[in-house]
Amino acid sequence: MNATLPPIASSPRRGIDVFEALRGALSALSANLLRSILTALGIFIGVAAVIATVAVGEGARRQVLAQIQSLGANLLIVWGGSATMGGVRLGAGGRSNLSWDDAAAIAREISEVQVAAGSIRQTFQVVAGNQNWSTTVLATEPDYFTAHEWIADGGRLFSPEEAAGGRKVVILGATVAEMLFAEDDPVGREIRIRQTPFEVIGVMARKGQNPMGQDQDDTVFVPYWTARRSVMGASRANARQVGVISVKVHEGENMAAAEEAIRTLMRQRHRVAANEPDSVSIRNLSDIQATRDASARTLSALLASVAAVSLLVGGIGVMNIMLVSVTERTREIGLRLAIGARRRDVLAQFLLEAVMLALLGGAAGVLAGMALSHILADVAGWPVLVRADAVLIAVGVSALTGLFFGFWPARRAAHLDPITALRHE
Amino acid sequence: MRHKRPAEGGFSEAMTALIETQGLTKHYPAGEGVVAALQDVSLSIAPGRFVAAMGPSGSGKSTFLNLIGCLDRPTRGSYRLMGEEVEALSHDRLADLRSRRLGFVFQSFNLLPRADALANVELPLIYRGMPRRQRRERAAAALAAVGLADRMHHRPTQLSGGQQQRVAIARAIVGSPDLILADEPTGALDTRTGLSIMALFQALNRSGVGILMVTHDADVARFAERVLRFRDGRLIADETQNAADAATALVALPEADAVA
Ligand SMILES: Nc1ncnc2c1ncn2[C@@H]1O[C@H](COP(=O)(O)OP(=O)(O)OP(=O)(O)O)[C@@H](O)[C@H]1O
Ligand SMILES: [Mg+2]
Repeated sequence: MNATLPPIASSPRRGIDVFEALRGALSALSANLLRSILTALGIFIGVAAVIATVAVGEGARRQVLAQIQSLGANLLIVWGGSATMGGVRLGAGGRSNLSWDDAAAIAREISEVQVAAGSIRQTFQVVAGNQNWSTTVLATEPDYFTAHEWIADGGRLFSPEEAAGGRKVVILGATVAEMLFAEDDPVGREIRIRQTPFEVIGVMARKGQNPMGQDQDDTVFVPYWTARRSVMGASRANARQVGVISVKVHEGENMAAAEEAIRTLMRQRHRVAANEPDSVSIRNLSDIQATRDASARTLSALLASVAAVSLLVGGIGVMNIMLVSVTERTREIGLRLAIGARRRDVLAQFLLEAVMLALLGGAAGVLAGMALSHILADVAGWPVLVRADAVLIAVGVSALTGLFFGFWPARRAAHLDPITALRHE
Repeated sequence: MRHKRPAEGGFSEAMTALIETQGLTKHYPAGEGVVAALQDVSLSIAPGRFVAAMGPSGSGKSTFLNLIGCLDRPTRGSYRLMGEEVEALSHDRLADLRSRRLGFVFQSFNLLPRADALANVELPLIYRGMPRRQRRERAAAALAAVGLADRMHHRPTQLSGGQQQRVAIARAIVGSPDLILADEPTGALDTRTGLSIMALFQALNRSGVGILMVTHDADVARFAERVLRFRDGRLIADETQNAADAATALVALPEADAVA
């Protein structure tokens, strides 16, 4: 028998081959397949739940953001009535203390302001041919559309002459146009508001719901002075009254400064005594956004704690099973140390197993979470958005969980005494 | 290529020693006091020898073997492996020595149950960072050298005890060690299979590999050319002998003993 093997050329010892290490870890995990799956389940469920809920939350956030943006950027809404009145919305029927001249003064005297447009609204039946529809009539001026960044989809907006001169023209919101004229083009046709005929000169682009859930397209727009004379005017005590003033602040100007200037101006104009509360309240759309963001943050914090708890539980599961595995494989560890494995080789072997276990659970969790998001989108019709960074973070955190909870068992394995380990039953 | 030198005994091998110990002592804690598992062992073994360590149970044979195998550190005394003082070495350096210089064979084989014969034999080479192809070739050659060329893809459970021990021996020689350390390598085998393992050891030894084998069986120790006798942790005798030839003994074995 020739038992001679060629000598091995003495080369500096290299690290152990990564492919071999991965294969070893996979084979160790698949040797106890059911156990590995059950262990990874904790991390799987946590990650899947987080991916799905984050997708739903993100979808909802995007939707709200789009709604808020639909109102127009740099927009301030000035309401008549002080904050102590609870910011109650005063429609045409209420006693707003704002007037057409207040709007003009804001536009004229405050440098930050680009446009300021007063408007007043009231609900009427509008009739076109044999169709009728109950909707909001909004009496305003062309600057209103500038302030709300709203354009006509068909036809045109009011001309300054029409706004000032009392001509009976109307612009329809997209919903009203659809209700009264269905597929037909309403431009040039006639509608009646309180028996008064109006010529349709335009149809507004569709804007959708506002953040309060109202359909902004269920409105018709009439020049202010026309409305006051022929529709709303007769019964009004104050013929120059407006319900709200829409203010657009110049791009880049400080919104808070503009807001403060408006408050001060209104106090002067309304002769409010120094110890009295403000005569107006001002809504900033970024306030609404901030409120939404705050509730979104609360939700995110809640999600993050759910994720943290599930990863903690999953991680403890990983640690537990790795400790069991180290005990079961004590002899194997002893053998590996005896035939030349260094401590760090053994450490790496068990760490890799723990990380793979957590990572596979996390990756499967990501897939399940994405599937769940799509199901929610398709079946429940929720707007969902799976963000790439959420996926990356979930996978990264799973791997870190494996690393963290796998470290102690792996260290225990690496520091076993080879002789004791080899004798282990 | 190494060449077999004529056997010479005693303490005269210091200059060319593979192994050299001075007052090697190992104490283990036991309850209040200590057990002196090994006491004051001084000896020297030249490269390429076949040495057996004998003695009754608890006499310190395994303790001695583990110290020589760099698996354990002595309480006192010095140990040089190929001129290198072992006490001073770090864990990593010891692991390195084990992987380059030594090969282990155990009574209970200690094969990885999930890996086939080839993968088991490859294992030490993985820790030496050898590329896969080279590793496979060497492992296959080592398996061929122990007569298992046709069993490379069998798992340990698909092999007989003797075959498993051959795989373990292939694993021990795959890294071209200077010394094979074997603790009761025939302890779990029947007489015939044990003899065939001894024949394999002698063949390996003829090709230049040193062997240090622990046994309590005089029938096994007779195949070594030098016998160390231990009692109560002390080396009480160190004799050279004319080794019996295992291959001849195997042929001479009565058919009746051949129990598969
Ligand atoms: N890890 C240990 N802790 C405590 N005592 C030990 C340890 N290892 C060995 N001993 C003791 O050291 C002595 C020598 O043990 P060793 O294993 O070397 O004997 P041995 O000659 O190999 O015996 P056997 O033939 O039964 O294997 C024994 O008394 C044993 O109890
Ligand atoms: Mg022993």
